Amino acid sequence: MLEAENIRKARRNEAWREDLRKSKQVKERMLIKRNHMAETAPEIRNKSNVEVNKGFTEAQALVEAQRCIDCPNPTCITGCPVEISIPDFVKQIELGKFVEAAQVIKETSSLAAVCGRVCPQERQCEKECFYTIKLKQEPVAIGNLERFVADYERENSVQVVPKVTKNGMKVAVVGSGPAGLSFAGDMAMRGYDVTVFEALHEIGGVLKYGIPEFRLPNNVIDHEINYLKKLGIIFETNVIVGKTITIDEMTELGFKAVFVGSGAGLPKFMNIPGENLTGVFSANEYLTRINLMGAGREGYDTPILKGKKIAIIGGGNTAMDAVRTAKRQGAEQAMIVYRRSLEEMPARLEEIRHAQEEGIIFMCLTNPVRYNADEKGKVNEMIVQKMELGAPDESGRRAFRAIPKSEYSVPVDLVIVSVGVSPNPIIQQSVKGLQISKWGTIEVNEETMESNIPMLFAGGDIVRGGATVILAMGDGKKAAKAMDEKLRK
Amino acid sequence: MNKIVDKKQFSENVFQLTIEAPRIAKNRKAGHFVIVKVGEKGERIPLTIVDSNLEQGTIDLIIQRVGVSSSKLIDLQIGDFVDDLVGPLGHATHIENVGTVIAAGGGVGLAPMLPIIRAMKEAGNKVITILAARSKNLVILEEQIRAASSEVLIMTNDGTYGDKGLVTNGIEKIISTEKVDLVLTIGPAIMMKAVSDLTQKHNIPTVASLNTIMVDGTGMCGACRVSVGGETKFVCVDGPEFDAHKVNFDEMLSRLGAYKEIEIEAMNNCNSLK
Repeated sequence: MLEAENIRKARRNEAWREDLRKSKQVKERMLIKRNHMAETAPEIRNKSNVEVNKGFTEAQALVEAQRCIDCPNPTCITGCPVEISIPDFVKQIELGKFVEAAQVIKETSSLAAVCGRVCPQERQCEKECFYTIKLKQEPVAIGNLERFVADYERENSVQVVPKVTKNGMKVAVVGSGPAGLSFAGDMAMRGYDVTVFEALHEIGGVLKYGIPEFRLPNNVIDHEINYLKKLGIIFETNVIVGKTITIDEMTELGFKAVFVGSGAGLPKFMNIPGENLTGVFSANEYLTRINLMGAGREGYDTPILKGKKIAIIGGGNTAMDAVRTAKRQGAEQAMIVYRRSLEEMPARLEEIRHAQEEGIIFMCLTNPVRYNADEKGKVNEMIVQKMELGAPDESGRRAFRAIPKSEYSVPVDLVIVSVGVSPNPIIQQSVKGLQISKWGTIEVNEETMESNIPMLFAGGDIVRGGATVILAMGDGKKAAKAMDEKLRK
Repeated sequence: MNKIVDKKQFSENVFQLTIEAPRIAKNRKAGHFVIVKVGEKGERIPLTIVDSNLEQGTIDLIIQRVGVSSSKLIDLQIGDFVDDLVGPLGHATHIENVGTVIAAGGGVGLAPMLPIIRAMKEAGNKVITILAARSKNLVILEEQIRAASSEVLIMTNDGTYGDKGLVTNGIEKIISTEKVDLVLTIGPAIMMKAVSDLTQKHNIPTVASLNTIMVDGTGMCGACRVSVGGETKFVCVDGPEFDAHKVNFDEMLSRLGAYKEIEIEAMNNCNSLK
């Protein structure tokens, strides 16, 4: 880390950077109001897959970059799980050097266009921004700026692929989601021959099957994957490690080490009566059918059930993705049913606001207790009860309890359960002696991400049990560093 | 990409494809299945592996024409490629010498039953196979099943071949004369339910291999969930075989019908295009 810090300090002391700092007084910079991305109008976007956020214009990006006062000790970086050298790229933007800005981000992140869209910046870099901490003002729009440079690079076809000297060592990656992609990118940059094995027929993991087009367009993901291919990474789809090939066979194939980023592949249910009726889905199934399989689109064979009244159970980002997808599938009433209040909702504020604007109904302090069916066995009614909040629990979230005799009926024709996921069990079942936690996650050394099996590393939701894209990427990064050090010994 | 190297027709709507898939051929065991997708816009459908050839690096799949996706697969010819083929999935069948085993298969369910019959016989069991079909022209794999089983009983609904009656009549006939230690059943859900109800009455342990709707086949979506002994299980990662007496077949039947109307419409559209 010291090395990275010294590079940052040296860069900050370059002459152009000092001139740029002096070109505008700090006071002047602080007077500029935060820029906001244009958005597609709610009544248009809730009927289509067009992306909601439109991204900064060049003019907006140039002005927003001026707001950053180029702190001597930038706290924003401490909030970033992959430690992007934030002021370095923001100042390049201020100069109008967007390609150079993109290169700075690429030093630490291979998925800038993705992170610029789906990272909870308000809880990470922007939370640690000088404006937030010291001025109690709106932080520099770091996430929007990141997205801007990544989009600029893509739209202007100015992608720069660094030349890497190969070291001749082969490593394997299990899963092509954010953890695996971040790991693969870092190892390729270090000179390794990297092969990524993906169970599905498409590369991208949750970025493809989970996050909808209106929040993260597939062409954006594919562009980043193409960049990784240009780095020399090989992708093999339709391979389930532990089934199609075993970890032992990978060793025979010459792979020196393996990183497992197989994700949180098992949806949880609440185990309440009626949950297995037809018309009740997991959010994973609903989103996979629509996002990955193209259900509902012309010419695609995978079917999807339509509904006028669709209830989504849960309050996380996946629940927001599912409810907004349901609205776009033609639901007249797309409802969020959440047991705590709006304040406790774990989804990003922006997602909640977008959902509200799009006409999503929020039924907070409400919890389903059972589902009933019509004569054909399809769900047609949800019995819910009202909840009330108590004192905060150990995690700081307020506890909740059911209000007695508060049950009532809500007519529904589809229910989508989005109450979390468990780790996928396939790797754990197939690797003898692998240490597993009581939640089914792979246990790793937190510093190195190595499991108890030597040269078997893991990260992302298979270790965390259900977190964010950027935390998974951070894990991949950490594992790459540790694996590289170990393999070089 | 997986090349089709052989294709055989067993009955009007039942075909066998032999497909190149060396890694799957190497690691698959009796009871495993694969997910197949034809075309960029195709659907992912689960199919049990019938047999494999290690030298050739191929697997055999038997497919019945029921809807758009199975038809697309059947309509492929030798030399064509299957876009996506992934597996082997699920848990392999638990193979053990228990004594006398009835393998009760219905229709195309005999296809996934064949490798299980072979494995159970090899483990030292006496395997009596009931080969049940609606009619004589729907009886498949008779020769292979005769070669693999200790005894074979053929049952047709209309009496055009073997004994007239249902698979359950066949089971009743066998258990009236000898002690049976285990019944294995694969076929339409309604048939497996009938088998399960019958063997429960006679207290004979029974294992059913379930064929639910799936999307990814790796545990990610939960489309395949069933209630087993009051608990929700995923057929793809917890199964596909379960204690039949604990399976809620009514719920399974209802879930299997979830897309029936959409499928019929899609099939009609597909036919009208031909």
